[in-house]
Amino acid sequence: MTQEHQTLALLLFSAFVAVTLGITTWVSRNRRGSAEEFYAGGRLFSPMENGFAIAGDYMSAASFLGVTGLIALFGYDGLLYVVGFLVAWLVVLFLVAELVRNCGRFTLADVVASRMRERPVRIAAGTSSVTVSVLYLVAQMVGAGSLVALLLGGTSDAARSWTVIGVGALMVVYVSLGGMRATTWIQIVKAVLLLGGTVVLTVLVLVRFHGDVDRLLITAAERSGHGAAFLAPGLKYGGDWTARFDFISLGLALVLGTAGLPHILSRFYTVPTARAARRSVVWAVGLIGGFYLMTIVLGFGAAAILGPEAVRGSNAAGNTAVPLLALDLGGGAGSTGGTVLFAIVAAVAFATILAVVAGITLASSAAVAHDLYASLRRRGGTPRSEVVVARIAAVGVGAVAIGLGLLARDLNVAFLVGLAFAVAASANLPVLLYSLFWPGFTTRGAVWAVYGGLIPAVVLVVLSPVVSGSPDSLFPGIDLQYFPLQNPGLVSIPLGFLAGWLGTVTSAEVPDEAKHAETEVRSLTGAGAA
Amino acid sequence: MQQSKGRPRGGGAGQESWAEPFDGHDPVPPEEAGQLRYDDPWYDALASGWGESAGDGAQVPTLVPPARGEGVTGAAAADVYLEVQRSAAFQEVRRRYRRFVVPAFVAFFAWYVGYVVAATTAPELMARPVAGAVNVAMVAGLGQFLSTFLLTWAYARHARLRRDRAALELRWDTQELTRGVNGGRS
Repeated sequence: MTQEHQTLALLLFSAFVAVTLGITTWVSRNRRGSAEEFYAGGRLFSPMENGFAIAGDYMSAASFLGVTGLIALFGYDGLLYVVGFLVAWLVVLFLVAELVRNCGRFTLADVVASRMRERPVRIAAGTSSVTVSVLYLVAQMVGAGSLVALLLGGTSDAARSWTVIGVGALMVVYVSLGGMRATTWIQIVKAVLLLGGTVVLTVLVLVRFHGDVDRLLITAAERSGHGAAFLAPGLKYGGDWTARFDFISLGLALVLGTAGLPHILSRFYTVPTARAARRSVVWAVGLIGGFYLMTIVLGFGAAAILGPEAVRGSNAAGNTAVPLLALDLGGGAGSTGGTVLFAIVAAVAFATILAVVAGITLASSAAVAHDLYASLRRRGGTPRSEVVVARIAAVGVGAVAIGLGLLARDLNVAFLVGLAFAVAASANLPVLLYSLFWPGFTTRGAVWAVYGGLIPAVVLVVLSPVVSGSPDSLFPGIDLQYFPLQNPGLVSIPLGFLAGWLGTVTSAEVPDEAKHAETEVRSLTGAGAA
Repeated sequence: MQQSKGRPRGGGAGQESWAEPFDGHDPVPPEEAGQLRYDDPWYDALASGWGESAGDGAQVPTLVPPARGEGVTGAAAADVYLEVQRSAAFQEVRRRYRRFVVPAFVAFFAWYVGYVVAATTAPELMARPVAGAVNVAMVAGLGQFLSTFLLTWAYARHARLRRDRAALELRWDTQELTRGVNGGRS
């Protein structure tokens, strides 16, 4: 890449950082420092604002960079991610959004703990929330690293590492100073920028093919070297049965995982009522659906215009397909249009990463402070100290994510997000659904449901080809591979549900009828909601 | 609702609305329901201290001390919820929610799993051309988008027209009752 690209992109990105830091200072100028303010932004966002913020939280670098790259390299198989990411919102809308808004205050554990003995349940749910968040954070960090490697040309290790560290530091500043209010506004700004950038690129791709989508698909298939097979499933996940089961496993994880993501759940607490939560999901579905339809065009556009070789040449996992596409659409390397468009896309992608990372960091710091710390510490602390703990936790989570992000930098970003979804679907979703809908659910059932999903999911990942035993693994040198699938969802999600059921039927505890009545009445009517 | 418990009760209007069974019609015309403002005057007040961790109760301006450790108050509030849960009005709201959500969930989940399984086990079927470069797989993928948009719209409409009004009334009534119970003691 030329010097111009770098300068312009860095300039635009600095502008975004300046604006977001401005937002952070502005919203925190007379903050009250209450937990309500820090975790939920005062609960006064409108459905439209929250809808944009949800979209901003959800449309991660994984979608923008990873999924388009997968479509560019593998054609139709990349599209499965997109479908799963969107359909998942029906689970959220039908079963989770309104009920969680009505029953909880800040975190997933609030909903579960209200019916159970609080301490063990909070510790379990807090642990799994932090695990999911850290996995998701690593994916975003890897995206940041590969973006900067492209931007600065070559694979300068130092530049990559410093980017990951820089992104981590910025997110800690946003979260610990601005809390939910600043995070939300950053996500709204980012959603608008990302959608704007995607619309421009999509229009340019369609213009290049004179609006003929058929032509676009045929060209993509021809250039891919796979012919018509490029437009049908099977290139990445065809072949042997292991790959096919991996595909089904991933599909399940995507559709069930969203409803268990802590940073998505915490967004519903930023609006005043369950009705507002529902309407924000409707906004989000519209925005996210539109965005993913456009990423499909961009993915096939990258295959048709650049060809898979160019995409793979820049980044083996395909993470840099969109910036390269922008460069070409603007007029190619060296032209003014190409430079500008490339810089805009790079800056938008950075903004995306920052905003998503801030949302996740906030959710995990809430889990640490509100669930883990509040359950584990000695009694007698003041409420104020919980927010202080949350700010400190944000720093700690940031440090862990930076470390893992540096380690995992060669994995495809969309794939890493798939893992986070699998853990969320296995550990968080069963306990959430059981406590909302099962009258006989008990404390032991809740604890078993969390650990019974979390431990298998994590252990299966450790024993999978992702970590060891194949040339693409994190540790290619050692061989601990006993589980054939890359995504554990197919096994660990049913295990989570099974463990919750088993724990409940084996426990001597008599389920509290009144507590269940309270949960049910509150979840459907909003009585006594915070 | 039974009146047998002799507990201080909130507004009488609430009782009346509970006593009226739903006749299956929408309680309000659609336009009106859409424009209702659902402000929440009890905004910060957790009536029972429900769902709080041990430490942060103090910062929320509660009307009463948290239920934990207040056995009598807690038990009374629990009775209120049991009573509401057994009321015809609540069961109607719950029935309406479930009668939409359960079939809709089964339908889209089966459609999605079917799509994923078909993509892995029957690639020949999915590769069959429909028109030009567009094949069955493309149509199915876009169909998933379309069905998601449609179900989102249908759910939001159903909730707005068939549930919101009744749920809101139940909410006020329940809060009146819990407040009456708790307020009588503090």
